Amino acid sequence: MTTYALSDSWTMTRRELAHWARQPVQVLVALVFPVMLLLMFGYLIGGGRGLEGDYVDFLVPGMLALTMAFGLEGTMLAVTQDLNKGVIDRFRSMPMANGAVLVGRSVADMLQSALGLAVLIGVGYAIGWRAHGGFGAFMGAVGLLLLFRFAMLWIGIQLAMVAGKPEMVQAVQILVWPVGFLSNAFATPESMPGWLGTVVEWNPMSQTATAVRDLFGGPGGEPGHVWAAVAWPLALLAVFFPLAVRRFGALSK
Amino acid sequence: MTDAIVVEGVRKRYGDKHALDGLDLTVGRGTVHGVLGPNGAGKTTLVRILSTLLRPDEGRVEVAGHDVVSDAHEVRFRIGLLGQHAALDEELGGRQNLEMFGRLYHLGARHARVRADELLERFGLADTGRKAVKEYSGGMRRRLDLAASLITEPEVLFLDEPTTGLDPRGRAEVWDAVRSLVGGGTTVLLTTQYLEEADQLAHRISVVDQGRVIADGTANELKALTGGDRIDVVLRDGGQLGAAVALLPLPKPEVSVDADRRLLSAPVTDRMGALSGVVRALEEAGIEAEDVALRRPTLDEVFLHLTGGDDRVHDHVGEAV
Repeated sequence: MTTYALSDSWTMTRRELAHWARQPVQVLVALVFPVMLLLMFGYLIGGGRGLEGDYVDFLVPGMLALTMAFGLEGTMLAVTQDLNKGVIDRFRSMPMANGAVLVGRSVADMLQSALGLAVLIGVGYAIGWRAHGGFGAFMGAVGLLLLFRFAMLWIGIQLAMVAGKPEMVQAVQILVWPVGFLSNAFATPESMPGWLGTVVEWNPMSQTATAVRDLFGGPGGEPGHVWAAVAWPLALLAVFFPLAVRRFGALSK
Repeated sequence: MTDAIVVEGVRKRYGDKHALDGLDLTVGRGTVHGVLGPNGAGKTTLVRILSTLLRPDEGRVEVAGHDVVSDAHEVRFRIGLLGQHAALDEELGGRQNLEMFGRLYHLGARHARVRADELLERFGLADTGRKAVKEYSGGMRRRLDLAASLITEPEVLFLDEPTTGLDPRGRAEVWDAVRSLVGGGTTVLLTTQYLEEADQLAHRISVVDQGRVIADGTANELKALTGGDRIDVVLRDGGQLGAAVALLPLPKPEVSVDADRRLLSAPVTDRMGALSGVVRALEEAGIEAEDVALRRPTLDEVFLHLTGGDDRVHDHVGEAV
């Protein structure tokens, strides 16, 4: 059974890729949306309250982290739609590896997020952002972002299975925004009222953004923050990964 | 030779409602078994348990010689499932669906492709090209769904209300497909609300109500349960129905009357005696009849007889004739 875990997971990943090929516009919209946010904050709204240094160098890492956080919505929506379709019954009545459905989902979502990062970094470069920390630090930053996305992914899967209905996804989509913005993506915590600054600093997304800023050598980075950007996602995974896997197995209850 | 399906004392509870309440069932290899019952009788729950999608709370279930709980993986290699709703990836095309399922049955890429082609050809879907399943008609979708459940030529096939929502042509196509499968040795368990469907396809029928089998047998055996044959008499003048009921040599409390059709109907034990007695009595009284006929009860009458009061049977006779 385990011998087929890899090939089954790959088949399920191919299924997601086939969906992309059928709906290129949706994929494009998902890629363009964070770019739009970046340009909006970079040129229209931004300014970087209380910031010393170049705002674009502060903003781009923040947008990268925010995009990873918003990935949760996409995962949740896709899983909810799958669970509400008959095809999941066929998968579950077949001798395929347990969890290949979820693995396929994760691989496809991670691919899409990696693509999203590449596009966003490219656009950031075009508007003047630069990484000052060298190649190793750059790859470390990308790794931290993807680790954070991986944690969001399993939260998304778990939420989808708890919520169940597509209507509930909308509620979560609305909630993701304030949670995403309650971070240091666009402004420093120091520029906020005391209590709010504390909340923002504790947001796992802020930890990732701060560490990434440090690795890129831009403003808003703090040395020694990398451990927090590793520990938070791992802690979230330690909770949500087993919950989601168990919940998936309990579909037969 | 062991049976293809063995179900013993299965219970499944949702909250405080028993979807299955001690259900027993045995299906011999290579036969078609009909599970007949109204909405909410527990038919779908039964199919979901048999196809390993749901675990029973109590009881033992074996399919193709393997336990559906402890040996679910082995069962899954030997079954096909056609659920009430299409179990297909609606975004993908027909070929993409069948190839994907073939790979998941571990046929290997090349074999999966060949098998997909065979099945598309066999179910008249070879020319659907890249069209997404969500753009298929109801009948096409059902045929693709059936094709998907036959990828491995399963020993046991579950069909949960396979023709619900199909037009007569789609229904005939599904029936033909089921008949050809049985010729090939597949065991089929079929749930249906359509009594005609069970009568047409099934060797044996289990009537299910409130999570239990309330009767079991061939169509003929079930029909005999309601008291055997019936006699139907259609009069020329509906106004004489009352008089006819009073004088005919039939068991009065069991005679049902449908005034709109000028029809009276009653169960009989001695077929020929009843027939000649009725004809003679009508002649002597000078009541003109348009038709006098002996017939077997319909499965509708059997079902209503088994599940409900006689009132319902009487209500129904008018429609069934």
